[in-house]
Formats: sequence, structure tokens, C-alpha cells
Amino acid sequence: MIRIGSGAGFSGDRLEPAVLLAEKGDLDYLVLECLAERTIALAQKRKSQNPLLGYDPLLEKRMELLLPIICKNKTRIITNMGAANPIGAAEKIVEIAQRLGISIKVAAVTGDDVLKYIHSDDRILETNEPISSVQHVISANAYLGVEAVLPALETGADVIITGRIADPSLFLAPMIHHFGWSVDDVGLLARGTIIGHLLECGGQLAGGYFADPGKKDIPNFAELGFPFAEVESDGSAVISKIEGTGGLINLATTKEQLLYEVMNPYEYITPDVIADFTSVYIREISPNRVEIRGGRGKKKPDTLKVSVGYQAGFIGEGEISYAGSNALGRAKLAGEVIYERLKEEVQDLRIDYIGVSSVHRTTYGQSLPYEVRLRVAGRAAVLEEAVKVGEEVEALYTNGPAGGGGARKYTNEVVGIVSTLIPRNKIDVQITIRESMKNEEKIV
Amino acid sequence: MKKKLYELAHSRAGDKGNTLMLSLIPYNEKDYPMICEKVTVEKVKKHLKNIVEGDIVRYEVPNISALQFVCHQALLGGVTTSLGMDTHGKSLSYALLEMEIEV
Repeated sequence: MIRIGSGAGFSGDRLEPAVLLAEKGDLDYLVLECLAERTIALAQKRKSQNPLLGYDPLLEKRMELLLPIICKNKTRIITNMGAANPIGAAEKIVEIAQRLGISIKVAAVTGDDVLKYIHSDDRILETNEPISSVQHVISANAYLGVEAVLPALETGADVIITGRIADPSLFLAPMIHHFGWSVDDVGLLARGTIIGHLLECGGQLAGGYFADPGKKDIPNFAELGFPFAEVESDGSAVISKIEGTGGLINLATTKEQLLYEVMNPYEYITPDVIADFTSVYIREISPNRVEIRGGRGKKKPDTLKVSVGYQAGFIGEGEISYAGSNALGRAKLAGEVIYERLKEEVQDLRIDYIGVSSVHRTTYGQSLPYEVRLRVAGRAAVLEEAVKVGEEVEALYTNGPAGGGGARKYTNEVVGIVSTLIPRNKIDVQITIRESMKNEEKIV
Repeated sequence: MKKKLYELAHSRAGDKGNTLMLSLIPYNEKDYPMICEKVTVEKVKKHLKNIVEGDIVRYEVPNISALQFVCHQALLGGVTTSLGMDTHGKSLSYALLEMEIEV
């Protein structure tokens, strides 16, 4: 049996639950999943501005907290916090370890950056149009599988740091490594993938993103614990969390997470296997302990999915509030005025009445709030045009309906993401080792 | 008697590009056959007509007594380029739960 903990479900995740998990979880592996679809494109941009950067912005904070604990407890970290620069991240981790007087071996996994292999006539999966239909491609990263992580585990490294790896593969790799599973045993790979999929969002499996007071209550919610799995050699597992932490792991929280972001539960495609999530059985064995059993799979695909990031212009936004009698009427007049003033210049202008219709564009019933916040968003090819959206909203102070207050304006650079496929044989995985030694060892 | 799905089931929304996934999980597993019968693709399509522009596919997952609705062209282009407030569409699980069925 091995124990694998999930210490982060996204780049900006909370830090304390991972510390608690590393301290008290008796873990063999701690996995930190920190790379969303567009995060790597943004990281590529940071790296292009400074070649030392391009890894996760919270890498230093997480490692400063975790390195002393994982060294003491002999837990290995596997994380995709390398983002666009796994080697730079490995060097940063070594620098931190040296500062803390910790001896450590870090393995960086590269090979996911496939920008040089992307052709303008490759097809976009979502639209079936050629890549050339999107302007200014800035990054292309393939979702690698366990075959990229296993050689890093074999080096004995304490920390394995990668770029783009499919999320469940980060969890499946240590199972294969530890149990000696064959990478052709689709049943075991599917079962491990299902466990990885359940764990990959950290707190979500333990009642995070679940609570609805009076309907779905979560105990001690503010101190939500993160989950870990006790995985057996047959691919079954028991999922639980550290005793005394907040949150809830039961049938309902596990079912929600099993189906989360799943396009087809009968065929969940990863670089390692095509897993059938409908063949799983979930059973609550005691409070906060859930058993996962079963799961079938089919052979992995010959191609890998590639996320292609492109420069998609700028979004400008402005907001202002109206309150009291006829708040909605005045907000709507303000919205119409903004539309008239911007319709010639800004593409795709969107006008929302926050508190009325901004979230779903419909209300499923009546709604007449005391206060309404007008929000205007528009897209533009260049920054100067996007800025105008916020400026026009701010100008409602002296040029708009009565009683508008609290204007704010923002602009954001937009990185778009599309997907394409690449043959596996194009991928060339490399492992780079960086090591630190304790001060006294250095003197010797 | 009409009941909101909110009273009978829970849901979580997920996103991949411009595609929205909505799980529908009855609190009581005994309600699963009734939910399967009443919450058809046609009804969901009608209920989400202002939100989902593309096709909706329904998957049955009997082992865990749950349904999964995969809704195409539902996120105004998707998280990175949408001008919407909730660019992921994460709050749309509660739009599905607003649906009423006869029980």
C-alpha cells in the first residue's frame, strides 16, 4: 500500500492544508497540481521577459514550507509547478534547500514544449479550422503521461518537477513506480487514473466547492483538510483526510468530484489510458473514509493533446453602482448610454446588471434589487482601445444618470487557448537533475 | 406536485474550452430512475435555452446513480476569451437545479 496526498488543486490554492498533510499524513508521495489550461501560456510570456522565470509564482512559498517537512518524513513531491520552465524551477528549489540547510535531489522533466512542431495547417480540435486561423501563437505544450514522470522517479529524486503533464498522470506515475505495474495493463492504469482524477483538485474531494448551507453542510469548513489515498496494488483505494481537519469525504462529495470536468464518463482520455468512469464503485466504509473499487480501461491513444496559447487582444471593463428607488432603471439608462458611445469602436460589447442578469443572462423569475452594479466589458485588438471601455464608464460620473457611484476600471491582456494533436513519437522527454547538499557535507 | 431539482439533487459544473459539463446527482439513490425519466435532454435544452447554444449530450452513470450533461457552445467562447462574469460557467450548476419536474 502507498499513501498519496493531494496538496494543491490549482496554482493559487491555499498553502496550509498541504503543510498539514505533509506533516501528519504519513505520505509516500505529495502531489501538487498547479497548472490550469491557460497558465502555461502566461508562464511562457513571463519566461520570454525573464528566462529565469516561467515557473509557478507560488513555487518559492510552497517549497519553503514543504521542503523541511518532506525531508524529515521521507515524502517525495511530484508537481507540475515547473510550468514553462521546469529546469529554472529545479534550480530555484535547490537554492531554497541550500538556504534552509537541506540536502535534496530535484529532477526536472522537460519535453512538453512542442511549439517547434506545430504547423499552421494543423487542425484545431474545437473548430476543425487550421492553426493559422488564430493570430500570434505564443505557446504549444503537449499533455505528457506517466512515461515522462517514471524516469524521473527512477532517479530517486526527492522532488519531481514538470511542465505540462495530464493531471491524473501525476498520481498514476508513483503507483506504477511503486507497484511495478505494467504500462500495458489498461485495467490497473484506468483504476489509478480514476484515483488520480478524484484527488487532482485537492480540497474539492474533501467538501470544498460543495457546501450549500442547510442542504449540503460541511463541518468545520474554514479548516478544510485536503485528501489522501491509500492505494493497494490491485488499484483499489481508500480516500480520507487528516483526522481533526474540517471538511467531509462521503458518497456525495466523491460522486461530484468523479464527474467534474468529464466530457465522456465512458471514455475519459488521458495520455496513459482511456478510462471508463462508469465502471467504478464507491462505498462509504466509515466517516470520512470512502472506498474506490473497479474501473476498466482501453489502450491509450497514439496522439497527445496539445494546448496552443495565442494572443487574443485585450478586454476592457468598467463598473459603477446605482442604489435606491429605480436603481435598475438608472443602471439600464447608463448601459444604453455606454452602448451608444462605444458601439462603433469596441467589438463584442457586453453590458451586465450585477444583481439582476449578469451571471446567467436570465433570472428564472422576477428580480428587483435595492442596488444594481452596471458592468460593461468589451474586446479590442490593442490596449488603447480596451482602455476606453473603463474610461467611458468612469465618465458616467458627470455624463450619466443620477446617483452613480463607485466606478472602477480594468484592462486585461487575453491569452486564448485552442487544442490540437501531435503524434507521440515527436515527443523527446529529458530529465535534468539538480542537487543541494547540507553545509557540513559541502565542507567535507 | 412540481418540485425544483434543487430539492432532489445536487450538481457541479465543469468546463473544457467552450463546453460545459453539469452533473446531476440525486440525494437519494432511489430517485435515480425517476430523474432519468424526467430530466431528459429535450427538457434541459429548453431550460438552458438562453445559455447553451450547441448540442447537449446526456450520459447515464448507474453505478453511482448520477447523470452527466455535456453542453456544447455554452461558455461564450470559453474561460480565456469570454466577456461574461462567470467565465468558467461554474455557477451554472445552480441554473440546472432551478428546473422544475412533476413528482
